[in-house]
Amino acid sequence: MSVDYVLFGGLALVTILSALGMLFSRNAVYSALYLIFNFSTIAVLYLMLSAPFIALAQITVYAGAIMVLFLFVIMLLGAEQRGQAVRTWWMQPLALGLAGILIFEAIYLIFTHRTSFPPLRQAVGDLGNPLQIGEQLFSNYLLAFEAVALLLLVAVIGAIFLSRGRKLR
Amino acid sequence: MVPIYYYIALSAVLFALGALGVLIRRNAIIIFMAIELMLNAANLALVAFARLHGELSGQVFVFFVMAVAAAEVAVGLALIVKIFETKQSIDIDQLNLMKG
Repeated sequence: MSVDYVLFGGLALVTILSALGMLFSRNAVYSALYLIFNFSTIAVLYLMLSAPFIALAQITVYAGAIMVLFLFVIMLLGAEQRGQAVRTWWMQPLALGLAGILIFEAIYLIFTHRTSFPPLRQAVGDLGNPLQIGEQLFSNYLLAFEAVALLLLVAVIGAIFLSRGRKLR
Repeated sequence: MVPIYYYIALSAVLFALGALGVLIRRNAIIIFMAIELMLNAANLALVAFARLHGELSGQVFVFFVMAVAAAEVAVGLALIVKIFETKQSIDIDQLNLMKG
């Protein structure tokens, strides 16, 4: 029982610290690496929530493909340096204050309403295995699945259109 | 099993950190990464609720969110490269014209 708490506490701490590292590191490459770290720990949290397929998709899609694209663009543009400081002095403290209020409110609400959460269902043996998700995707969510396929096609065409060279015009 | 509201609280904290990143950073790529962080916080809440109810729908939604995020990143980064070509900068404070 307590092993779960230790594991969750450690992972939550790593997740939050790596998110903070992403926000406050000077170099954009470090930010991207912190974000990869963050995504990997969230994948472990998915495993604890009995979602193995989503966990592996998180690793391959987010920590793999998407972040490689980010790193590639950062290095292509040479945009590692920190952006110029905010021009108006009150902007940064205001943002920090607002984020603090948001975090406090969310945690307060969740912990005061924790008794109104429905009771946890016992873990169904193979909740979230790829077979079940595939069956759901191709029966109940078929239309959404096809729409996502079309969306990805449009995104590919859009990305090629935006990044073509000037000579082709 | 850790109570589910712990996961929801963690996802709320991550979402707030992502929003903070959008507010305080000026670099367009970092802002984009903070948006990815917010998407991930929402995904974590969806998976936690899927576990709470013993339902698969939440995980299917997360799958769709990932696909949409991949499409968004491909187009968004192409836009950022294009903006950098015209303005020689990705500081969002300097992007104040609709015309390039």
